[in-house]
Amino acid sequence: MKRVVFGAATLLATGAAVARWLASRGRAPAAVRDPRESLRWLGVTINLPREEVMPDGAPPQPLARLDAEVRAERAPGDRGTELYARPRRAVPTGPMAVLARLRGTDPRQEVRKALRDAKSILETGEVLRPEPESVRVHGRASAVRKAKTTPTAPKARTESVAQPVRTEQTGERRQPGLRDRVLTLAARRAPGEGRL
Amino acid sequence: MKALCWQGVDELTVEQVPDPGIMNAQDAIVKVIASTTCGSDLHLLGGYIPMMKSGDVIGHEFIGEVVEVGSEVRRRRPGERVVVCSIIGCGRCWPCRHDMWSLCENSNPTAGITDLLWGGSTAGIYGYSHAMGGFRGSHAEYIRVPFADHNAFPVPDDVDDMDALFASDAVPTGWMGADLGGVRPGDVVAVWGCGGVGQMAARAAVLLGAERVIAIDRYPERLRMVERQAGCEAIDYTATDVDAELRERTGGRGPDVCIEAVGLEADSAGPMRVYDEVKQQLHLEQDRPIAVREAIHACRKGGTVFVLGVFTGFVDKFPLGALMNKGLTLRGAQQHGQRYIPMLLDRISRGELRPAQLATHTMTLDDGPRGYDMFKHKKDGCVRVVFRP
Ligand SMILES: NC(=O)c1ccc[n+]([C@@H]2O[C@H](COP(=O)([O-])OP(=O)(O)OC[C@H]3O[C@@H](n4cnc5c(N)ncnc54)[C@H](O)[C@@H]3O)[C@@H](O)[C@H]2O)c1
Ligand SMILES: [Zn+2]
Ligand SMILES: [Zn+2]
Repeated sequence: MKRVVFGAATLLATGAAVARWLASRGRAPAAVRDPRESLRWLGVTINLPREEVMPDGAPPQPLARLDAEVRAERAPGDRGTELYARPRRAVPTGPMAVLARLRGTDPRQEVRKALRDAKSILETGEVLRPEPESVRVHGRASAVRKAKTTPTAPKARTESVAQPVRTEQTGERRQPGLRDRVLTLAARRAPGEGRL
Repeated sequence: MKALCWQGVDELTVEQVPDPGIMNAQDAIVKVIASTTCGSDLHLLGGYIPMMKSGDVIGHEFIGEVVEVGSEVRRRRPGERVVVCSIIGCGRCWPCRHDMWSLCENSNPTAGITDLLWGGSTAGIYGYSHAMGGFRGSHAEYIRVPFADHNAFPVPDDVDDMDALFASDAVPTGWMGADLGGVRPGDVVAVWGCGGVGQMAARAAVLLGAERVIAIDRYPERLRMVERQAGCEAIDYTATDVDAELRERTGGRGPDVCIEAVGLEADSAGPMRVYDEVKQQLHLEQDRPIAVREAIHACRKGGTVFVLGVFTGFVDKFPLGALMNKGLTLRGAQQHGQRYIPMLLDRISRGELRPAQLATHTMTLDDGPRGYDMFKHKKDGCVRVVFRP
């Protein structure tokens, strides 16, 4: 019972916090809605001169593959180039936008991702690939990686040594699972970038 | 390979996980020589950092040997002994070019979470949740190091493993607190927390010319260690009123620079501990800012407070009035290690810094859960546990 109450309180508090963040950024179904929501440009700033960001006026990849309007402007000071894009087709607004984002079908999501990827490719030459989640190797040790210069010591045993750390915590355990699920959903506003 | 994995709140196990491989042309694979516990891991272990998943390999402060490099790696070679900065930078975005590496804009593939939480995404960090990129950590036999040319630094031959190890995280973090806190010759500096980070901050303040450095903690062995190694004074916060003590030691002014190296699980001898713990457990505040409050209150008018301790979200009873009316500067950051590591390795090789003293316990990875239990509860005088896979 205590757990349920605690869980509900956690959900409420986390939900309220997320709603507050969203509202503070004009995203919640609040009384005052952003009148420009469907027209806004999404932008990233790239640490390169404009000629290198859009040589001959052509948008950089992978942005060029999308059905999006693209423009670039010199950023103030030494900040490089502001690269902007927005989908050409109509974007959902209000509650429809929330649904579309959760389903991953809001066209702004792919534009945002393409902007980030374009920035990374232009600045570093590649887009960092996320690592696969750690899966336990069952049954056998994985292949031993050989050092090129010094030999690697043989690998140790395969079975897991499950020895939970004991703590002197007395109160209710924290429940990060619920909080993280709410956060993950909220961050779906655009994959790879929350700001949308 | 063998690795130490987070399974849930206060639960770690040693597992066999797949070996890492080159995933980007600028990656290197490093065979871990030594990897140490850090106070930040305790925040992961306590469930305070969002987006940890069961099976995540933890650890971020390490040295190792390069065993494989991607086709676009130019400066690193297999066989080199390297210290790797705990925070990943691309080296070419605007923040990296301006030496604010922990604000890198290209090293966090899951930037959406921090962007949502904080209004701006931050750099990837090894073994530090799926909000910081989901990179596997260093408490393992091997680790993938992205943008290797910018993040792995060769260790001079005359610097041994144990000293080089802490140049990955604790030493540059402490140095950054003193440097960006603006410590100048003649200053009085107070440091809250005498773990690895606080001790290194205290030493950095001494080396940057502070006339007096006062370190605050409750563990006698840590206080004696910082007195001896950093050459500074100590205050036991359970034995006295820290604010009154600092005022009395500084002619009523308060310290010029206050460095907070405690973080979101701060303790207190007074009632604030209970107050903050209850609010934290109810998710009414995410972090316990006890040392930050104290630092802001104690700081001299016009002084600087630098927050090195990790915080994640909202806090309560933040003394904004004191900050504003006393004209204070408040700063904080995850460490910009790449900015300092080569200089720090030089200082270590000259003997000005001896971080190896932090390594109070050395174990194999199999003892990982036990090591964290000792570190979390500061058993047996534990300051840092070093794992040698
Ligand atoms: N900014 C960065 O890049 C960075 C890098 C590494 C670590 N950190 C953070 O720095 C903090 C310290 O790390 P560590 O490895 O030294 O951890 P640690 O756990 O070894 O040390 C923390 C110390 O703070 C002391 N403490 C607790 N409450 C206090 C109070 N009210 N006043 C004074 N001291 C108090 C504890 O007794 C302990 O000795 C953590 O929050 C960690 O996450 C930040
Ligand atoms: Zn750390
Ligand atoms: Zn960068």
